[in-house]
Amino acid sequence: MTYLDHAATTPMRPEAIEGMAAQFGKAGNASSLHASGRAARRVVEESRERIAQALGARPTEVVFTSGGTEADNLALKGLWWSRGRRRVVSTAIEHHAVLDPLAWLEQHEGADVTLLPVDAGCRLDLAALDASLGDDVAFVSVMWANNETGVLQPLDEVVARASAYGVPVHSDAVQAVGAVLVDFAASGLDALTLTGHKLGGPYGVGALLVRRELELTPVLHGGGQERDLRSGTIDVPAIAGFAAAVELAVKEQADTHTRLSALRDELVAGVLAAVPDAVVHGDPARQLPGHANLGFPGCEGDSLLMLLDAQGIECSTGSACNAGVPQPSHVLLAMGCGPEEARGSLRFSLGHTSSAADVQAVVAAIGPAVQRARAAGVRR
Amino acid sequence: MRVLAAMSGGVDSAVAAARAVEAGHDVTGIHLALSRNPKSYRSGARGCCTIEDSNDARRAADVIGIPFYVWDMSEEFHEGVVEDFLSEYAAGRTPNPCLRCNEKIKFAAVLERGLALGFDAVVTGHYATLRTGADGLVELHRAVDAAKDQSYVLGVLTQEQLAHSLFPLGDTPKPEIRAEAARRGLLVADKPDSHDICFIADGDTGGWLTEKLGASAPAAGAIVDADGEVLGSHEGTHHFTIGQRKGLRLGVPAADGKPRFVLDISPVTGTVTVGSREDLRIDGLSCIKPRWCGAVPTTLDGPEVTVQLRAHGAEHRASVRVAGESVEIDLLDAASGIAPGQAAVIYDGSRVVGSATIASTRRTAVGEGA
Repeated sequence: MTYLDHAATTPMRPEAIEGMAAQFGKAGNASSLHASGRAARRVVEESRERIAQALGARPTEVVFTSGGTEADNLALKGLWWSRGRRRVVSTAIEHHAVLDPLAWLEQHEGADVTLLPVDAGCRLDLAALDASLGDDVAFVSVMWANNETGVLQPLDEVVARASAYGVPVHSDAVQAVGAVLVDFAASGLDALTLTGHKLGGPYGVGALLVRRELELTPVLHGGGQERDLRSGTIDVPAIAGFAAAVELAVKEQADTHTRLSALRDELVAGVLAAVPDAVVHGDPARQLPGHANLGFPGCEGDSLLMLLDAQGIECSTGSACNAGVPQPSHVLLAMGCGPEEARGSLRFSLGHTSSAADVQAVVAAIGPAVQRARAAGVRR
Repeated sequence: MRVLAAMSGGVDSAVAAARAVEAGHDVTGIHLALSRNPKSYRSGARGCCTIEDSNDARRAADVIGIPFYVWDMSEEFHEGVVEDFLSEYAAGRTPNPCLRCNEKIKFAAVLERGLALGFDAVVTGHYATLRTGADGLVELHRAVDAAKDQSYVLGVLTQEQLAHSLFPLGDTPKPEIRAEAARRGLLVADKPDSHDICFIADGDTGGWLTEKLGASAPAAGAIVDADGEVLGSHEGTHHFTIGQRKGLRLGVPAADGKPRFVLDISPVTGTVTVGSREDLRIDGLSCIKPRWCGAVPTTLDGPEVTVQLRAHGAEHRASVRVAGESVEIDLLDAASGIAPGQAAVIYDGSRVVGSATIASTRRTAVGEGA
């Protein structure tokens, strides 16, 4: 099996599985006052401290959630309600976990949402950001790195510009943690989303890093856990596994970057040698180490995916599904690709299990697969 | 062989896929997304284009243990089937979209893409059988379960298409297929059969046509009898099909007190002509656009030659003459309520010879006092 879809989810690290397994079967609600409760609470707080330490945050700034989507919803809706301003600025290339809450705010809360354009290399247009900022902006949300192309966004510039107006900035960094250096304090961000399953931890757990002074209206109300920001019984085993994974991913980040970017460059070079007219989407100089988004003119991405899948090579078309039907990627469309070009792309994303053998498998299979897919043609 | 199993989410296509695996084929399941705006859930037993159906197909593929993908054929379906349906109704004819779908989508667009991607055939859950004839050609025959036989809607398939098709259910009665599905652990075993037209979710064809045709929908007009006397009015000829009895809303009863039926539809003048059941009887058909399953015949008048004029309709003994694109059919057993646009599928015994689209009907021997 050649698994090259780590950006969708990556296998759990053994350290995370052990960290989780050690908590299964133990009694104790972390909110309870007795000894078992205190023991559970201790695991949660130690996990919080480990995550804060790894990411340049203070422990109180770590708010555990059920994952990236919930953290994004809490950041966006929480800031919308606490700030009481009408305008919202984000980008056209955000994940649906950001785009859809913004669309909901637009439809149900009267938000005036501006989605900033990107250039052909998938980088945010800072001039458009300048033009959209003002005192009436509730918040800015810009992803750390795009999930389809891996292209890093100019967050330093975004933060500098927004802070001139006192506008808070959120960033969805689920793809970035463990792949590049992420330091919450140094970033100047007000809120940052991360999730367990993208970095070797379990599904169903994530966190929103929230700057201590930031006012945020909760979305989930109940028992008042997580500083009243996120009610709900705390998932102790998941948090223990999550902390182990974050710690490990951050510790190994520099080595991971070196190893994966070399493998990724090899993959891209090999594919281009086999399919000379393939197109690299993104900005090779400024992207995550494990991402390669490649366009294959004259092919449907889902034809290629199926042909590679049949040979045990797993990747993604980098597109959202509407009722199981692949739609052209909104990210590639925002980069200026036509619908046909956007549908003809594949995302290979490498991670901690990737090896040179995986790269060789893709390089060997891609030429014949493209030939077949071209024969099958493209939809109008 | 490497085969594509077209899986609708229903019980038949699921069992067909499972049987193809058992026969030793390398099977990949696909669900065709045919609607541009898929609905999330079925209402009642109708429809076959919902997300729920797609999920049912996926679960069946999981149980069978085959790869599964959704193929978007919504544009091809719209152009080849839905638009054809609209223009036929607007012209006063009564098309059968299931035949068009088999002709243009399942055994054309899907098959072509499959062949290009390295597959050898398409397997479906249609009730029909394939045999190899003495001449080496693939023959399409009726299924053993006469009540479920679907050879009629496959009558548009050419030799090339039949040579790349598999119909594993033709030898088995439907109740046994349901039992087999249950035995195989397929959760769709007791899912109701689909009926009617899959893209008209509520079954209200007239209302759907009014909405889709919009300004180009046929105008309101008069309902007249054979002598031209006006009996009532209607809201557009697309609400009618020949042989229809219900929904005429005629205030005046017929002189003989018998029910009246639609005999003729003229969208140009907006006139709907009604008359008695006897007036519906016809014994001749002029057809166009023939599609032959094998060799092109010239004259067919053997004792076993029959035609079928609607899905699950009766067999009529017939004699058939073919001249290029034109097919003349004399019916030895009169038919009733036959509309232009319907398909006449020609059989020799249980074998499907081909099909043609009815352009006009005629009555010669039948009629007076019949």
